[in-house]
Amino acid sequence: MSGWKGAIAATLVGLAFWQSIIVISDVPRFILPPPTLVAETIWTSRALLAEHASITMIEVLLGLAFGALLGGLSAIVLAASPMARTLVRPMLVFSQAIPVFALAPILTLWLGYGLSSKIFMALIIIYFPITSSFFDALMRTNPEWLNLARIMGASPTRIMWHIRIPAAKPGFASGLRLAAVYAPIGAIIGEWVGASRGLGYLMLLANGRAKTDLMFAALLTLAILTVLLHTAINKLCDKTLDQKTVQ
Amino acid sequence: MNVSRISMKNYARMMQLSGSASIDGSLIFDGVHLDLPHGEWTCLLGASGVGKSTILKLFAGLREGIDFHGQLRSEPRHIALMAQDDLLLPWLSTSDNVSIGSRLRGEKPDVDKVSDVLKRVGLRDHGKKKPHALSGGQRQRAALARTLMEDCPIVLLDEPFSALDAVTRANMQELTTSVLSGCTVLLVTHDPGEAARLGQNIFIMRKHGLQKIKSPSGSIPRSIDDHEVMKSQAELLKELRSGT
Repeated sequence: MSGWKGAIAATLVGLAFWQSIIVISDVPRFILPPPTLVAETIWTSRALLAEHASITMIEVLLGLAFGALLGGLSAIVLAASPMARTLVRPMLVFSQAIPVFALAPILTLWLGYGLSSKIFMALIIIYFPITSSFFDALMRTNPEWLNLARIMGASPTRIMWHIRIPAAKPGFASGLRLAAVYAPIGAIIGEWVGASRGLGYLMLLANGRAKTDLMFAALLTLAILTVLLHTAINKLCDKTLDQKTVQ
Repeated sequence: MNVSRISMKNYARMMQLSGSASIDGSLIFDGVHLDLPHGEWTCLLGASGVGKSTILKLFAGLREGIDFHGQLRSEPRHIALMAQDDLLLPWLSTSDNVSIGSRLRGEKPDVDKVSDVLKRVGLRDHGKKKPHALSGGQRQRAALARTLMEDCPIVLLDEPFSALDAVTRANMQELTTSVLSGCTVLLVTHDPGEAARLGQNIFIMRKHGLQKIKSPSGSIPRSIDDHEVMKSQAELLKELRSGT
């Protein structure tokens, strides 16, 4: 409960700060709308926000699922095969030198204006954190466990399945926790570049029409959904990866 | 351990090591000659870093990173290992830990045998518990059960009791000698008292060879307060100190 109380207190402080800037600086509403107006817009435009939010969340969840699957499999292949490490790892590191933002127009060109380019964008942005943290965990398996398994006559595949993967679950979970925060960024970038639906699209639309209150409403909706997603992933990880039974 | 299973072959004939070993170019030991007599407990004492664990690894077939020159006769497929750390997998129940060897070989675990082995080590009612719910002594008994489950005639023990408190250690020594009766055992230990209690053959390992020490008479586990055991313990300690 103290965590929730802290979050509510922090939100109230943030809102008070926001309101005080408006009162002190007398900034115009189309530059910075007051929190009360944004709250009102959230309420009056709830159907519109919900419609666009649902599209963004579908992109985020699918991107997260595919990214987790692909990142997980890549980490296992890299950990299992020294040759894969030699060939693929430098490419992975190089790929991180390319700004993901710069890829968005190309992805839209290749995959079109529909959901797939946004899902792919979310996937790309979370792929590296998941692969990297899961791979590191797979490479840190207690060497004594591995020795014992070898003495017992285990094959590398079975060692991977029965020991290395279960032992590396916390690493996968850390990657997934990060991914829950990064995936919405990918989807929004994709929507900015070319979309007709989604919260990113709504933000651009509202901005172009100087409806700053709607833009803030969309932004807040996205922030709230991201926090909820992160909390849900956290709970899922805590439940399935009970720390006492992992390390 | 099933004695008839052990007597099938004279594996002890194959358990022999003589030569030298280096790791990353630095010499760990040389001039070592070690035979493990069939069905007996051989204790290997020595200072840290002298290469006792390297000998265990060589016998176990874990030669990765070890540059060994000499002769090695071993049968890794018939060897079980029990280490200082219980090495229980924390996400598995005690029963699943005990039968992990079968699953790692792609065999179906023998449920009846698991419960029989757990009963023998006094963990009959703890099969469903995860390792974190067991005490240190219980965890080491679970590791012993896992070793027994492997049903191997040769057992390597790498300081298996050193992390236990004195009472649990004495109990574990007795339990282990009882359940491993008939096995060829190599016990690596730091503890002269343990060697004097359990060793039918006792060696002190030094950088340039092994020194055989006369073991006390009588069957193992010998009584802690036996006069000969106490005397042997004192002699072993003196020898160990003279080498440092």
